[in-house]
Amino acid sequence: MNKLLAYYHDVLRIRLIEEAIATRYSDQQMRCPTHLSIGQEAAAVGVSRSLRVTDNVYSSHRAHAHYLAKGGSLKALIAELYGKQDGCTGGRGGSMHLTDLDAGFIASTAIVGNSIPLAVGNALHQQVQRLDHITVTYFGDGATEEGSFYEAANFAALKQLPVLFVCENNRFSVYSPMTVRQPSGRSIVELSRAIGLRAEEVDGNDVEAVHKASETLVDKVRKGEGPALLECHTYRHREHCGPNFDDQLGYRAPEEVEQWMQRDPVTQLHNKLVSAGVDESRLVLLKQQIEDEIYEAFAFAKASSTPNPDYNDRYLYA
Amino acid sequence: MTGTYMPESPNNTTFREQLNLAQHAAMEADKSMLSFGLGISDPKAIFGTTANLAESFGSHRVFDMPTSENAMTGIGIGAAIAGSRVLMTHQRMDFFLLAMDQLVNNAAKWHYMFNGQMKVPLTIRLIVGRGWGQGPTHAQNLQSWFAHVPGLKVVVPSKTDAVASQLYSAIMDDNPVIFIEHRWLHEQQCGSTSVLPLQSPHESVRVHRQGADCTIVANSFMVLEALIAADFLQHRGINVEVVETVSLEQSEWQKIYDSVEKTGRLLVCDSAHGHFSVASEVVSSVTEQCFKALTEAPRRLCLPPYPEPTSYYLTKPFYRNANDIVAAVAEMMGVKVAGGIELDVSTPHDVPGNWFKGPF
Ligand SMILES: Cc1ncc(C[n+]2csc(CCOP(=O)(O)OP(=O)(O)O)c2C)c(N)n1
Ligand SMILES: [Mg+2]
Repeated sequence: MNKLLAYYHDVLRIRLIEEAIATRYSDQQMRCPTHLSIGQEAAAVGVSRSLRVTDNVYSSHRAHAHYLAKGGSLKALIAELYGKQDGCTGGRGGSMHLTDLDAGFIASTAIVGNSIPLAVGNALHQQVQRLDHITVTYFGDGATEEGSFYEAANFAALKQLPVLFVCENNRFSVYSPMTVRQPSGRSIVELSRAIGLRAEEVDGNDVEAVHKASETLVDKVRKGEGPALLECHTYRHREHCGPNFDDQLGYRAPEEVEQWMQRDPVTQLHNKLVSAGVDESRLVLLKQQIEDEIYEAFAFAKASSTPNPDYNDRYLYA
Repeated sequence: MTGTYMPESPNNTTFREQLNLAQHAAMEADKSMLSFGLGISDPKAIFGTTANLAESFGSHRVFDMPTSENAMTGIGIGAAIAGSRVLMTHQRMDFFLLAMDQLVNNAAKWHYMFNGQMKVPLTIRLIVGRGWGQGPTHAQNLQSWFAHVPGLKVVVPSKTDAVASQLYSAIMDDNPVIFIEHRWLHEQQCGSTSVLPLQSPHESVRVHRQGADCTIVANSFMVLEALIAADFLQHRGINVEVVETVSLEQSEWQKIYDSVEKTGRLLVCDSAHGHFSVASEVVSSVTEQCFKALTEAPRRLCLPPYPEPTSYYLTKPFYRNANDIVAAVAEMMGVKVAGGIELDVSTPHDVPGNWFKGPF
């Protein structure tokens, strides 16, 4: 029960943060392309629960959930979206370039597939230095079409590096469905196995299942048994980039959308908790606590000073 | 050609519509033409520029593609070598960087390396972003990289009246052409009374305005800023000549030299970083060709030598605008020009107009 509550807290927290961003986005004060994780929170939470603070994470353009689940600072995230001094990159990178080194979240990058080799390089360092740490690299289904995925996976397998590839398969690359990008019958898991990764797939909206599967894989990766891949089947609720729903464009079948909405990770957990006999008031309280934290983070971000462009040329070289 | 894309009156047409029109016309004119790119047939159709192409010409000729820029560029090159005419489109130049090997080592050199026996009729549209948080990896204009490679042609349009003919001739060119569109131009109305016919001969240098006091050479979005500055300066008795480098090659640079011979002054406005840039090339060539005519040291107005930061607050000093051009010209003329240009205060500095609400 406590475990369920903990999952619920983490998943709901990301959901409420993302929704708070969405609500305020139209104020035009968060002026950067922002890819929300709404609908895909369970993958990040399940995987992160298998990790230690000293483990490292890399991610892609859709990184908020990965950053938050790994323990990335909420205040620094919101301040970053507002382009403020206290943002996690002082306003330089925006939503697509997050970092929180204390939390072990190394970086997210905006070019599809582009951070996968970086994560493998991180794992190379961990292996050579005989660290007991592993690296996770999050990416989408679209990224499995980039050469960088194959090339990095090949090297990870060759050197048996301590890296877990996590593919969040939400079936789309922007508005392009799988059918125009990959041959029918393609299994990312089978493909990965052929490359030499220990690969499993899981219902990415079932946080417990993700946690279980990733725990098993992480354990093997940490023991030096070689790289692994976890494919999480999931779905994004809102538009590819931005705060709105975009189903009026007609690029996703309404039945498909409806089906996935019914498998919403937050609702599923909520229902499980209620049927396990958890008092609604407890859930209300938990939600209230998260909302307070979010309120504080937005207040912090708005009050944060604006970065000074006079220093724009700083850090061009180390 | 598909009649519905011909605008009723040229003044009613936009840069985006003209790009669309040129693609329809080219697909119609050359049945061997293929067109592909991420999202070209999705509901947003690359900011509207590829609308209805797949519907008109079929998904065997116009198609969305895997997120595989590198291999897909090679595939485009291979198809072009085989005899297809190929157009590829990328929503940002930054995404295309994955394909530099295919472009530079294959496309650019193929005709030369194989002693003229094969050719690569390939055009690659690359869109350059700006502002509203595009940031370090969604706003790069690396035009000088491409211009530096022998065997590539680089076309950088700026005006709605010519953009369709420029894209059309790029597509019909039997060489690889990089076609660089600035995102802030897509909604630009056609200011002039007529749109150039699609098959007009390609002008690599365009003189938009005559003036005897100073030559301004610009390309891409900076042409618009230069024209605003020119208007303002004219009301203060300073007449500048505005010259556009549409193509990044020198066959028509005599027009630039002639202008500098007349004005004795040169200001180059580059929409990219200034160091090792197109602006640098213009300045050095003019210095070589017109040394004696120059009455002032030539100047460059370019992006500073660091990446575009994301934050609204950090981009304020990043881009150059008409006011900067006015100030630079005034300084070169040794005069004081009263009052700056009233920039539309309702438009924040990081958007081209209120039509742009983000994200891309
Ligand atoms: C190399 C490259 N190509 C294209 C893009 C534009 N782009 C940004 S996100 C995205 C979708 C990628 O899909 P996927 O990897 O499945 O991630 P999702 O957005 O679905 O989470 C694309 C094509 C990019 N950023 N980088
Ligand atoms: Mg996807």
